[in-house]
Amino acid sequence: MKKLFALSIAALAVSACMLVSAGADDLIKVGIVNNPPSESGYREANVKDFESVFTEENGYDAKTYYSIKNDEQLAAAQGFITDGVDYLLISAAETTGWDEVLQSAQEAGIGVFLFDRMIDCDEELYTAAVVSDMRQEGETAVAWLEGLGLDSYNIIHIQGVMGSDAQIGRSDPLDEKCKAEDNWKLVVEQTASWDEAEAKAITESVINSGEAFNIIYAENDGMAKGAVAALDDHGISHGVDKDVIVMGFDCNKWALRELLAGNWNYDGQCSPFQAQVISDLIKSGEAPAEKKIISVEKGFDATTITEEDVDTYGLGE
Amino acid sequence: MSKTKRKGNGVGQLLIPLIAILLLVVFNLIRDPSFFSIGTTVNNAGTTVLSGNLISIINGASELAILAMGMTLVTAACGGQDISVGAGAAIAGSVFVRVLKSGSSITGLTVLLAFLACCVVSMLFSSFNGTLVAVFGIQPMIATLILYTCGRSIAYWINGGATPTVSSGIISSIGSFIPNVPIPTPIFIVVIMAILLNLAFRFTNLSLYTQSVGINQAASRLNGINPTFIKMLSFIILGICVSVAGTIGVCRLSLINHETLLLDVEMDAILAVAIGGNSLGGGRFRISGSVLGAYIIQMLTTTLYAMKVPSTDVKAYKAVVIILLVVMGSPVVKKKVSGLIARRRAGSAGSEGKEAA
Repeated sequence: MKKLFALSIAALAVSACMLVSAGADDLIKVGIVNNPPSESGYREANVKDFESVFTEENGYDAKTYYSIKNDEQLAAAQGFITDGVDYLLISAAETTGWDEVLQSAQEAGIGVFLFDRMIDCDEELYTAAVVSDMRQEGETAVAWLEGLGLDSYNIIHIQGVMGSDAQIGRSDPLDEKCKAEDNWKLVVEQTASWDEAEAKAITESVINSGEAFNIIYAENDGMAKGAVAALDDHGISHGVDKDVIVMGFDCNKWALRELLAGNWNYDGQCSPFQAQVISDLIKSGEAPAEKKIISVEKGFDATTITEEDVDTYGLGE
Repeated sequence: MSKTKRKGNGVGQLLIPLIAILLLVVFNLIRDPSFFSIGTTVNNAGTTVLSGNLISIINGASELAILAMGMTLVTAACGGQDISVGAGAAIAGSVFVRVLKSGSSITGLTVLLAFLACCVVSMLFSSFNGTLVAVFGIQPMIATLILYTCGRSIAYWINGGATPTVSSGIISSIGSFIPNVPIPTPIFIVVIMAILLNLAFRFTNLSLYTQSVGINQAASRLNGINPTFIKMLSFIILGICVSVAGTIGVCRLSLINHETLLLDVEMDAILAVAIGGNSLGGGRFRISGSVLGAYIIQMLTTTLYAMKVPSTDVKAYKAVVIILLVVMGSPVVKKKVSGLIARRRAGSAGSEGKEAA
């Protein structure tokens, strides 16, 4: 009953949006189903990206529905289909349960684009999926680390929530490398569950044990900051040409500024910018050669990063 | 009165947490004799500071210890727990950062203002909880479930999503070390909070009134105590604790992440109260027990890190130790053990008597 209520509310909300927007004919009608911006700094940037690309000036009549719940998202998507949008853009809360909705979109001749997150369904049901490859992020970071050509790699590896996509993608390449090479050693590998304070505690415990380390590989910026706070408390230097190399992920603006100041060494991007790629595909009207389009993701090096990079790629403020 | 209080609420209550600490200390010393050694290093700000696992434990448990103090009072007065302290701390931290960011520069005055603002906001939210509990008679866990659910969203609204950073010498003085002081500042803050609470107990009837409301609300009302006021007061004091803990959390990292700041700390705070030998059903309480409980939890976490327990197994290990602690402190075991001791004493007394005869 509760579910039904949620569904009808979602459907109502969507149809209300539709009524207001009726009238614009020559614009391309796009229905976007996304997660709410409050989810994370990443999502906030993602939402802003779509808001800035799918505008009236660019020839779009876009309506967005935000929910972190799959069933509400499904109802919203169904509402968009009923309303006759031209394109449906989806970042699904969960990977399953979408077949029926996508089927009806296909029957209605609506082009479906997935972004940020994949859905478990037949490839035929969507035009393209623009997603991040978390494993690629990990590989880029490990390749950068290898490129430093250090004599020994003694790594403190601070992981995110175990089992999350980002954790697996960013952990695996490093784990494999450490197994393969003799001079790569994990001093400690521990999860801080994205918690900055926990990351600090883990780093502190290594410092207290007196074991030598020269690299902090933290799977997001916040945890890297936590680890750096521990280094600062114990008088260990970090950054470019210092004792400890600091690596983070996600490219928050404040983290990139740390790179710019030379306090950190590396930050891996997890690109929230998929809107332009999708817009280009819609405008070109052609089906892409590959269904799965991997977002180009950079890794920033403190020695080469510029003020412009910080402004362009930094998330948040 | 004080005599009867001591009788039922003396060292006996602290026995279990003290044994737990002793076991953890012995275990760590066997594992690594230098585990508790304290050294000095010069931190990156140029101050000579103390370092070592012991300092890490005492420092790291600060937020938890402060929250445990407030949680003990709420538990004693209301016979239930506030599960919104983590979310409340996220709100407090967000307000703190928001006020700091609204000024052009960070000075001692703006930090003080920001702290006062976050204190006021925290007290408002905790009075909301308090009203639901004290006035409307809703079970504390249900009443605070509301803020537990929506608190971090509110924290998000305050700063708008991203993880804002505030960097300033004053902030890091609060979160880590004051220049030329070798002891981490959060430890001082815990001591100050403990002294303040102690003074409040010494010079007012707060402790007595809280206990009597927790034990028998109707009887206390008949004796002229206002249970609504006492319950409300316990929530407001917890609100102050929450704002202090949130501020420390933010200052430690010069950053507010509303999703992870003191995440799941409510469970640890309740656990600290329980390990401290306090009844979760309200009534008699001992704040020192809860504070000891907080240090035990932190010592356990630090021990697990030092043992390099695999990421996926940490929670399971923690659970095993906690089961042991809670069972050890359970009334059934306590009764059995004290029965055993009594019988032994009786036995030895009996044999002595025979010898004498």
